[in-house]
Amino acid sequence: MSLAWTIAKRELGSYFTSPVAYVFLVIFLLLTGFFTFTAGQFFERGEASLAAFFGWHPWLYLVLVPAVGMRLWAEERRSGTLELLFTLPVPPWQAILGKFLASWLFLAIALALTFPVVVTVNLLGEPDNGMIVAGYVGSFLLAGAYLAVTCMTSAMTRNQVVAFILSVLACLFLILAGFNPVTDLLARWASPAFVDTVAAFSVVTHFDGFQRGVIDSRDLLFFLSVIGFALFATAVILRNR
Amino acid sequence: MIRIENLVKAFGAKRAVDGVSFSVERGEVVGFLGPNGSGKSTTMRMITGYYAPTSGRVTVGGHDVAEAPLAAKRLIGYLPESAPAYPDMTVHGFLAFAAEMRGLAGRRKREAIARAVERCFLDTVVHQSIDTLSKGYRHRTCLAQALIHDPEVLVLDEPTDGLDPNQKHEVRLLIRELGRSKAIVFSTHILEEVDAACTRAIIIDRGRIVAQGTPDELGRPLDEVFRRLTTTDTARR
Repeated sequence: MSLAWTIAKRELGSYFTSPVAYVFLVIFLLLTGFFTFTAGQFFERGEASLAAFFGWHPWLYLVLVPAVGMRLWAEERRSGTLELLFTLPVPPWQAILGKFLASWLFLAIALALTFPVVVTVNLLGEPDNGMIVAGYVGSFLLAGAYLAVTCMTSAMTRNQVVAFILSVLACLFLILAGFNPVTDLLARWASPAFVDTVAAFSVVTHFDGFQRGVIDSRDLLFFLSVIGFALFATAVILRNR
Repeated sequence: MIRIENLVKAFGAKRAVDGVSFSVERGEVVGFLGPNGSGKSTTMRMITGYYAPTSGRVTVGGHDVAEAPLAAKRLIGYLPESAPAYPDMTVHGFLAFAAEMRGLAGRRKREAIARAVERCFLDTVVHQSIDTLSKGYRHRTCLAQALIHDPEVLVLDEPTDGLDPNQKHEVRLLIRELGRSKAIVFSTHILEEVDAACTRAIIIDRGRIVAQGTPDELGRPLDEVFRRLTTTDTARR
């Protein structure tokens, strides 16, 4: 595991030595602010909760998480450092995990920097802080699921733009799978059991629980298995180099 | 130290490496010669465990690269063809990363970095970021990475590519010196390097070994031998 940590440190360092980290953090905070207070009508709601804040995260992450993760493997492929990494004495799963954890940690930092909304809502009223913590846990897991999918698409190509587009598409599927227009469309030709199965893949339904302050083991398992599966797929793709 | 038996790598219908066998012992420097696209890099990638062979076997220090990849990789220092390095890191940061990945820490890590920096003449650029380096320095940074853990086996894919004549000379001297205690395979298409650094040369063409031996055994002048064995063959295609 120490090698995974060495790789994670290097990866996290490379976010902060390039402008990527700072541009991302500023844009992420600006957008969360805009969505929460303007589009989410934080004040007009008249309730001491962060529903306006968390509700937008599946959509916000749809663009921002692939932007963070698209370089992970595509850049290693393009610059040839993949060859360096995979001829070092490190098991591939440690390399995959290390790079994933570095980006996830980076997203956690971004999420932690949204603390002023928590302070604000606590100053203005008496929110259920347990619910807010659950919301953060859910949001972090959601970001992890998107990120793992981005790892997978990033491993497929040496082109970051391709990786970005593929992962946005895949994440969009994870959002839309449970949406009525999509399930209706599917119901025309597929069996109801199939439609239900597809709908169960939607991150939105699983994220809802966390927003209501419930950390359900099934939702937890859903996010962790999406992460596990996507990272496993990453390993399979990288093995066929 | 390196033992290769009947190695084959096929990409689709094309056999990039087609039944190559040879071995390299400690104290040997083997020059791997061949025209572009003859299978040199592919062979090296299989020795270092980057590519899985289609068939055949590679063992390094007695460890089968396919079955015990970590044990084999620990013994190898590898300079890939394009001398890749993480551009956003400094030379020191990159070598520290390589050292940590090789399990070095603390004083041993510091000493390993200092030795690699000295051997590859990098002292003037240690704290420079890699993307600001000239090609020669970037190349030597990647070479330093291959030497960081003082490996018993060195696999160097065109180690003098992109260097100026002085640097080429120094790298050849370095290879010859290291070759006394290690097993080294390096690829090149510069024939003087065979005389300058090798104890033995292997000429490969279209994935097959066409000649091997000491530079004297291969015959002189070397470039004529090389042309007779390879280009005429390519022209006939």
